[in-house]
Amino acid sequence: MAITLDVNGKPLTVEAAEDTPLLWVLRDELGLTGTKYGCGIAQCGACTVLADGAPIRACLTPVSALGSAKITTIEGLGGDHPLQQAWVALDVPQCGYCQSGQIMSAAALLEQSPKPTDEEIDGAMAGNICRCGAYQRIHAAIKVASGQAPATASPQTDA
Amino acid sequence: MNAPIFRRAASAGEGVSRRQLIITATAVGGALMVGCSPTDLLAAGAEGETGPFGAFVRIAPDGAVTLVCKHIEFGQGSHAGLAAIVAEELDADWSKVAWEHAPANAKLYANGGLGAQLTGGSTAINNSWDQLRQAGAAARAMFVQAAASRWNVPAGEITVKDSVVSHAASGQSADFAALLADAAKVAPPAEPTLKDPTQFTLIGTDRVRRKDSLAKSTGQTRFTMDVQAENLLVAMVAHPPRFGAKVASFDATAAKAMPGVVEVYEIPTGVAVVANSTWAAKQGRDALSVNWDEAKAETRSSADIAQRFRDLAAGSAALEKGEEWQGFETKGEVAAQGGGLAIEVAYDFPYLAHATMEPMNCVAQVDGNTAKLTFASQGPTLDQLNVAKIVANLPGAIEIETLPAGGSFGRRANFQSDFVVECVQIARKVGGNRPVKLVWTREDDMAAGYYRPLVHHRVRVTTDAEGYPNTWTHRIVTQSIMKGAPFGGGGVDETAVEGAKGSPYLKATPHVDAQLLTPDAGVPVLWWRSVGATHTAYVMEHTIEQLARRAGQDPVAYRRALYEKAAAKRHLAVLDLAAEKAGWGEPAPEGWTRGVAVHESFGSVVAQVAEVKMENGEPRVGRVVTAIDCGTAISPNQIAAQMEGGTCYGLSAALYGQVTLTEGRVDQTNFDTYRVLRHNEAPKVETYIAAQPAGTHPTGVGEPGTPVIGPAVANALLALTGEAITAQPFVKV
Ligand code: FES
Ligand code: FES
Repeated sequence: MAITLDVNGKPLTVEAAEDTPLLWVLRDELGLTGTKYGCGIAQCGACTVLADGAPIRACLTPVSALGSAKITTIEGLGGDHPLQQAWVALDVPQCGYCQSGQIMSAAALLEQSPKPTDEEIDGAMAGNICRCGAYQRIHAAIKVASGQAPATASPQTDA
Repeated sequence: MNAPIFRRAASAGEGVSRRQLIITATAVGGALMVGCSPTDLLAAGAEGETGPFGAFVRIAPDGAVTLVCKHIEFGQGSHAGLAAIVAEELDADWSKVAWEHAPANAKLYANGGLGAQLTGGSTAINNSWDQLRQAGAAARAMFVQAAASRWNVPAGEITVKDSVVSHAASGQSADFAALLADAAKVAPPAEPTLKDPTQFTLIGTDRVRRKDSLAKSTGQTRFTMDVQAENLLVAMVAHPPRFGAKVASFDATAAKAMPGVVEVYEIPTGVAVVANSTWAAKQGRDALSVNWDEAKAETRSSADIAQRFRDLAAGSAALEKGEEWQGFETKGEVAAQGGGLAIEVAYDFPYLAHATMEPMNCVAQVDGNTAKLTFASQGPTLDQLNVAKIVANLPGAIEIETLPAGGSFGRRANFQSDFVVECVQIARKVGGNRPVKLVWTREDDMAAGYYRPLVHHRVRVTTDAEGYPNTWTHRIVTQSIMKGAPFGGGGVDETAVEGAKGSPYLKATPHVDAQLLTPDAGVPVLWWRSVGATHTAYVMEHTIEQLARRAGQDPVAYRRALYEKAAAKRHLAVLDLAAEKAGWGEPAPEGWTRGVAVHESFGSVVAQVAEVKMENGEPRVGRVVTAIDCGTAISPNQIAAQMEGGTCYGLSAALYGQVTLTEGRVDQTNFDTYRVLRHNEAPKVETYIAAQPAGTHPTGVGEPGTPVIGPAVANALLALTGEAITAQPFVKV
C-alpha cells in the first residue's frame, strides 16, 4: 500500500506492506542508510530515529503505526548539530556503525534535558550498544554538546 | 574514501585452466615456490600498476596526498597513524591528507608479518612503519629533486614543510601541485633518506586524529550493509540449527509466494532466499520449511565439551585418537622438586561471539569466471583464494572493493571466508553479474560459530621459601584455531598458548612443565580480539595474584620482584607507571577496591589498575588507569581510544560474555541473551603512554588493551571477597 511519511521535514510516499518496519523503508525504499540495523528486536539502539522528537526503535516500528509523526533521522540532523560537532571534536566514533543511533538517542535526551547529569546520560544511553566501546567518549561528547565541558578536552593523557 | 576504480585485469575471465588454479592454491601452503613468491602467485591476474609515487602514495593534481591503505578500517583508527607516517616523511600538509582502502592485491599490499593481504594481529602500524616511512621519504625526495632541477639549486638546500617546497637562499618556493608533473618524472630513490626521529613534528602529537569522524557522525560512511545498486538483490539464508548439518529437503512454496521474493536456491550452507528488499528476503526466509540432515552434526552441549576438557587436564579422561599433549615451555625438573603445594587451580572460559555491531554481510556479483565483491574484506587474499575456488579463476583476478566494517574483532578474517563464500555461491546461482547482498540477521550472526574457543586451564604451582614460584605445571585444553590454516600448521598452535608461553612469570620460575592439548569439536572457532591472551592473561595474572596473597605480599611488589628476576623491563616500567598514576599504596576511594594486572601481547605491554565495587550483586568498574608501552606512539589520541574500547570489549566478555550450546544448538540468539557491556556499565579509562626513545619501532595497539581488564577486575574482587574467580563470565545470567 502507499504510505506517506514525514521524514526530515519532507513528505515522502512509499509503497510498502503496512507491517514493514520503518527501518527497512528508510534504508531500502528511501535510501536513508544512516539509520542502521543491529538487532531487529529493540535491544541495541542502532536504528534509533526521532518521532516527534522522541526516540523510537525503527526496527520494531511498523510504518503504518506512524500516522503523521514527524520522523527525524541522522541525515536530518544537518551535520553541524552540537552533538555532531562534539562527536568530531572528541573523535568519538570507532567503527561508527552504532553512532547514528547513539547521536539520535543523545539528541532526544538534550531535547528533554538540555544539561543532563551523568545519571540522566547513563539512563538515556543504556539502550544503545557500542561494541567498539566508545561509551566514555560518547558520554564526554554529550557533556561537551550540552555546554558542560570544554570541547578542547582530549581524553587521553601522556606520561 | 571510496576505493579507486581499477581496470579489470586482462587475464580475468576465459583461459584460466583448472590446473593453474590448483597450482596457485597449493602454493599458498608453501609447497610450490619455484622462482616466484607466494604473493606473486596469489596476485596472478591482478592489476599491477601503481602511480609514480608507488603503491601507497597518490598525489592529486591539486597536491592533495592520499594514503592507499592496505589495512581495513574497522574501528581501530589505524588509517590515522598510517597516513601520519607518510605525511611525516613527506612533510605533507596533514590537514589535507586523505586515505582510502587499497584494492585486493597480495603482491602490492601483503602484510609484511603475515605474507598475505590481511589486517590482523595488531600489526597494521607495526608492519607498515618502515614501508610507509620509505614511501613518504621517496616521494619527498622526488619533489626535492624536481625543485632542485627547476630552480637549478642544490637539493641539499631545499626544505619541505606542509606540502610546500622551498629554497631559502633564492627565495623560491612551490607547492606539491605546482611541482607534481616534474616530481612524477623523477626516478624514485631506492634507499630514500629517512628523517631523524628526533625531528618528527607530526608523529606522536595530538594532531594525529582519525579522518573519518565526521562521516561517521553524520551517517554518511558507506558500510557493506549500505551498498545499493541498480538491480540489487538481497539474500538471506536459512542455516542448519546445528554445526555440521546439511539440507535434506525443503519446501519453498510459501517463501516464493511472499511479495518481493525472487528466487530460492539450495546452496552448500543452507537454503537462500533472494528478494527485492531486505524485509522481503527476511519474510521469505522465515517462511521456508527445511528438513536438515544431522547425521554429521555436533550434538554435544558446551557443558559436555567443557567437562571433557576438564577431565583431560586433570588426567581423568583418556586421550582419543589424534589427541596428543604438546609441550610449549619445559625447563628444569618439575617432578624432582619437593616442597609444599602452594596452589592448584583450574579455570574455565566459554565460547565467545564477536558480535560485531554490523552483522556479517557481503555484496558479490558473478559472471561466469569473474567475480567482483564489495564488502568489508579483512583478509582480501584469503577471500580471493576461497572465491577463486568457486568461480574457477585466479585469486588475483577476483576483484574486491573494501569498505569499512562495522567492527570485526577478528571475525571477518577466517580461512574459510564463510559468509563471503556463501554470498558468492548465491551470486553464482543468480549469475549475469547481478549484485547480490547477503544479509545476516543478528540471530544468524550469533549462531554462525567462529567463536573464541572454549578453553580450560589447569595450573599447579609450588613456591620457594620466599613465596615465589619454584615449579609451574600448566595444562591448556582448547580447540585449535590454526588447524585448517592454509599456512603454518604442525607444531604447537601458538594462538592457544601465547601469553602463557613467554610469560615473565615462567621465566622467573626455575622448573616449568607447560603443555597444550587441542581436541576437535564440531564448533567452528576463530581468533577473537587479543586471541590467546583472552584467556592466558587471565590465568597468569589471577594465579600470580593468588600467589602474592599466599606469600603475604603486596601484588605490585610481588610482580616487581618477578619482573626483576625475569629481566622484564617493559613490564616493570608500565607496572610502575600505572601504579603511580593510580595512587597504588594510598587508600582507594571510599567503597572501591583496586586490582592490578599486566600483560604483554602483540609486542606491547599494558598494565591496568581497576577500581571495582559490588553494586546490586554485580561488579561495577569505575576508574581504570592504563599504562602502555607500544613503542613509538604515533597517534596518542587513537591509542587512548583503543585502550578505552579494548577495555570495554574485554570487560564485556569477563563480566557477561558466553555462548553455550544445548545438544548442539546455540542458546544465545541476540543481545537479549548474549549480554554485552552497556553505557551505564562502562568504566572510565585513563591512558598513559610510556615514553620511548625516539625511533623505537611501534607495536600493537588494537588488541593489547583487551585482555588485561578481566584479571584486573578479578584481582580487585579477590581483594574484596577473598575468593578467586575461576570461570568467566563473572556474572551468571
Ligand atoms: S536494530 Fe533496532 S534496536 Fe537494534
Ligand atoms: S563505534 Fe563501533 S559499535 Fe560503536
